[in-house]
Amino acid sequence: MKQCKDLLVAAVEYPSPGYVLLRLTDTEPLGEILGGQFVEIRVDGSPSTFLRRPISVNYVDTQRNELHLLIHVVGEGTRSLSQLRAGDRLNVLFPLGNGFTRGRAGEKVLLVGGGVGIAPLLEYGRQLCEAGAQPQFLLGGRSRDNMLMLDRFEALGKVYVTTEDGSMGEQGFVTQHSLLQKPDFDRISVCGPKPMMMAVAKYSKEHCIRCEVSLENMMACGLGACLCCVEKTVKGNVCVCKQGPVFDVQELNW
Amino acid sequence: MANISVNIAGLQMKTPVMTASGTFGYGLEFADLVNLEDIGAVIVKGTTLNPREGNDYPRMAETPQGMLNCVGLQNKGVDYFCQHIYPQIKDIRTNMIVNVSGSCPEDYAECAARINELDNIPAIELNISCPNVRQGGMAFGVTTEGASQVVKAVRKAYSKTLIVKLSPNVTSIADIARSVEDAGADAVSLINTLMGMSIDIERRKPRLSIKTGGLSGPAIRPVAVRCVYQVAKAVGIPVIGLGGIMTAEDAIEFFMAGASAIEIGTGNFIDPAISVKVADGISNWLDSHRCSDLKEIIGVIE
Repeated sequence: MKQCKDLLVAAVEYPSPGYVLLRLTDTEPLGEILGGQFVEIRVDGSPSTFLRRPISVNYVDTQRNELHLLIHVVGEGTRSLSQLRAGDRLNVLFPLGNGFTRGRAGEKVLLVGGGVGIAPLLEYGRQLCEAGAQPQFLLGGRSRDNMLMLDRFEALGKVYVTTEDGSMGEQGFVTQHSLLQKPDFDRISVCGPKPMMMAVAKYSKEHCIRCEVSLENMMACGLGACLCCVEKTVKGNVCVCKQGPVFDVQELNW
Repeated sequence: MANISVNIAGLQMKTPVMTASGTFGYGLEFADLVNLEDIGAVIVKGTTLNPREGNDYPRMAETPQGMLNCVGLQNKGVDYFCQHIYPQIKDIRTNMIVNVSGSCPEDYAECAARINELDNIPAIELNISCPNVRQGGMAFGVTTEGASQVVKAVRKAYSKTLIVKLSPNVTSIADIARSVEDAGADAVSLINTLMGMSIDIERRKPRLSIKTGGLSGPAIRPVAVRCVYQVAKAVGIPVIGLGGIMTAEDAIEFFMAGASAIEIGTGNFIDPAISVKVADGISNWLDSHRCSDLKEIIGVIE
């Protein structure tokens, strides 16, 4: 059931320069939210921001009834969000989209993330563990400074890192990591910059491994009404906000 | 409580607030978030005789107090609507209206004829003002002859309430309104989006796939109010006003300019329940200004 309501900002954290982590809560239970789903935030008080901002769900703390959003500050809208303080209220439309494939007991899933695309993989990894699946993480970034929340990922499964400058893990892109030479996983879920996702999709097709990717086309409504965020698929143009954001790569015209 | 129910050319509405085509899907997408039966009328996505894939991505760009879109009437065609969508929406107890578009008068008429057969669709809104399709769409809405030709063709094929949606991208919107009234329209709605363009200066490229698109949102509201004022003075049929309405106060401007009802479009993206909140706000505004009926303020601007 989708909701649109004012959530309370329980805490604001700054995990790295240029990033902000919002912890939101409510007096009522937040309800079921799937890893890979997203929210649309109304940005108040920013004269140049008119539309809501889609942000992936980073983590759901069911005990504290908290919804965590990891936000990369890239423009006016996200800058305005980074200035929120504990006690503020934020109007949120959630949960939106389909989410990643639910985990099955015993399956090994490789979660590949790049940049702020790592955000939804934390909640998805948590839900995979809960389902008895085994997640492992391959995370890429420009340098050590872009690698966030590694301890949180390590608590869920093995973490492999690549950085473009070699300051942490193996040097290069995620697709160059030695882990991929001897694949020991049943499927792959990816979220990150489009070139990275396309490279992983290509790898998965070559190795006949099932792969899903999370897209972030520009969107307005978030509900499948405005048809602005479409992606070309084998079934024609479909809304990333509703039929996605997660797609099996076989469905995409990549 | 002031009376805000209205009757637009036979269409009885609990509130004067309708949701604009292309911004509210088929209503179902918003069912978790707003009680659809509290909305005066829901105008569903533009429907054409044949399926349309619409334009390439990117189709949207945010602009100051608004947005540009070039969706291009993506829809699965009228037969799909009748077979698969209509059964899902026919029992929603409000006015479910279909927006109809086409590329020639015959297509418009055929599409309207098929919708005429659907018992629980009491009206259509004819889109002769879409700026995002090459053939047809706005081409009919920018000349009095073109507008008249399409409306006459549809009028022969369609027996229920016929609303015609007008484009602001014209020299005299009042002239177009008069021509569609003469051709048999029961009401007019205005304005559709204003043609616009936005450029990504770093990439030196337009921000929309087909370069230009339709501007909507609060940025266009003063243009819309002006158009409603001019058209309300020019025609005898009811005028439905739309363009950037976000609050009850915005809606009141349109009523004073001469609108008998309003539509909310882009506002649905910011607040999915805006159509009900604005209706409540209109009622409260009337109460606080000692008006017992919405009709007391319609067209009060001389």
